[in-house]
Amino acid sequence: MTDATKYLSHLELGEPDQTFLDSNELIINMGPQHPATHGVLRVILKLDGEKVLGTECVIGYLHRGVEKIAEHRTYTMFNPYVDRMDYVAAVSNGLGYCEAIEKLLNIEAPPRANYIRVILTELNRLASHMLWLGTHALDIGAMTPLFYTFRDREEILKIFEKYCGARLTTHAFRIGGCQYETYEGFERDVQNFLKFVPPKIDEYEELLTTNRIWLERTRGVGLISAKDCIALGVTGPVLRASGVKWDIRKAKPYASYSDFDFEIPTGQNGDTYDRYLVRMREMRQSLRIIEQAVGKIPEGPIMAKVPKVLKPPVGEIYHSIEAPKGELGYFVVSDGSTQPYRVRVRPPSFVNLQALDLMVRGQLVADVIAVIGTLDIVLGEVDR
Amino acid sequence: MVTRLKQQYGSGIREANTYLGQAYMVVEPSILNELLHVLRDQEEFDYCVDVTAVHYPQREKQFDVIWILYSFARNERVRVKTMTGDGESLPSSTPIWATANWLEREVYDMFGVKFDGHPDLKRILLPDGWKGHPLRKDYGIIQQDNEWVQINLGIESGQ
Repeated sequence: MTDATKYLSHLELGEPDQTFLDSNELIINMGPQHPATHGVLRVILKLDGEKVLGTECVIGYLHRGVEKIAEHRTYTMFNPYVDRMDYVAAVSNGLGYCEAIEKLLNIEAPPRANYIRVILTELNRLASHMLWLGTHALDIGAMTPLFYTFRDREEILKIFEKYCGARLTTHAFRIGGCQYETYEGFERDVQNFLKFVPPKIDEYEELLTTNRIWLERTRGVGLISAKDCIALGVTGPVLRASGVKWDIRKAKPYASYSDFDFEIPTGQNGDTYDRYLVRMREMRQSLRIIEQAVGKIPEGPIMAKVPKVLKPPVGEIYHSIEAPKGELGYFVVSDGSTQPYRVRVRPPSFVNLQALDLMVRGQLVADVIAVIGTLDIVLGEVDR
Repeated sequence: MVTRLKQQYGSGIREANTYLGQAYMVVEPSILNELLHVLRDQEEFDYCVDVTAVHYPQREKQFDVIWILYSFARNERVRVKTMTGDGESLPSSTPIWATANWLEREVYDMFGVKFDGHPDLKRILLPDGWKGHPLRKDYGIIQQDNEWVQINLGIESGQ
């Protein structure tokens, strides 16, 4: 406990009420080994009874120095490393990195590659949201959705495995396009999946959307206003659930997103329940995008003309994509050599986690669990 | 916007240009804080995407510190870059954008660049007692704080 106190030194906490009944202020350590922190996140809570007075996150347990590694690898060699950041949405990580380097090299992936990229990235968004739903519901006390979502996520992972041999850290894309042509029956598999999954999403919604316990545990919990979201740099479904209709796929389209018709689901209240609804609706929008893309993958090459040795001209680039968790950006500095001079990853989970303190103040300990779940963080990305 | 800002700050803005369609400004540290305020309040850059740094050990002013800003109203991004030397400090942007809190802590942790007026400037990813700033170019890729590793983990080497 003495160790924990020093982390709290900066928090401006009001003096506890001076009656003896109220003097039960406690400092509690949650994590780093705790099932509800989704990895190795340590949260130090200052409590008055069950009420949270303030929190402090201690992170870095999974720090592997990804940005340092980048400076010692060639552009191509660094590509698989990015998959290990947000390991439940590895495809998105790879897409952001490849596109950033393509911009720096001034090349463009061919249309066929872009369509394959969109299909795989959207499948990955579904997989990420399914994993989020299962674990989030489990944290709150609903065990069944976890089994359902893992069962259905498996179908996505099977497609990834057939496409590139890997299920999680896929390394699906290359700088300049995709390495692999779609396999025989890829479109059929995706189309079967499109028929298979909507009833499953209905099933999740049937379990949760009008479930009284779910409503009690999520409505009005972890409120954050649009203004606070913007000030704290929070992006992704959390921002949209607070009512800001902003999605990089629409605001600054990349890959071939401008070809497709889809909506940006938003909420109004900015609570845990709205974030749940936004993600559920996003899953259906992802299906819509895949449906439009899979029927008309253009013919043609899957790789642009890329030199064997990549030497981007001296310069800097920032490129970001809408990852399942929010804005995933890469800031790359080239000094004209074969290795990047600096690669900065702008991780959505890291920035979103900063909002935890604001979202749980004045709420109950049990709500902290719900809020960590609803922020949808992946510690591999927070710590890099 | 750029011409307006240039009129206002003159030589404080050393360069304002675009590269591959992305706008950036190189500014003097002396006008940095005021300029960031103006960008937020008058030019609607209400979202601070990222704060990061780059180390150039051969330069006199060793560090580039970069703010990446986005405006929802304009749907535009801009990068504001300034240079600072080892041991010098920059004004913190945490009072302007709350999100800069952790981002500046990470820059401090990885590069040792200090920010004046930051509410709680301490390490974020590395442990508190760690020596050295790993993203500096003179920090080796397998280098570590051996003393810290021995005391806290009870092993000779962490690798």
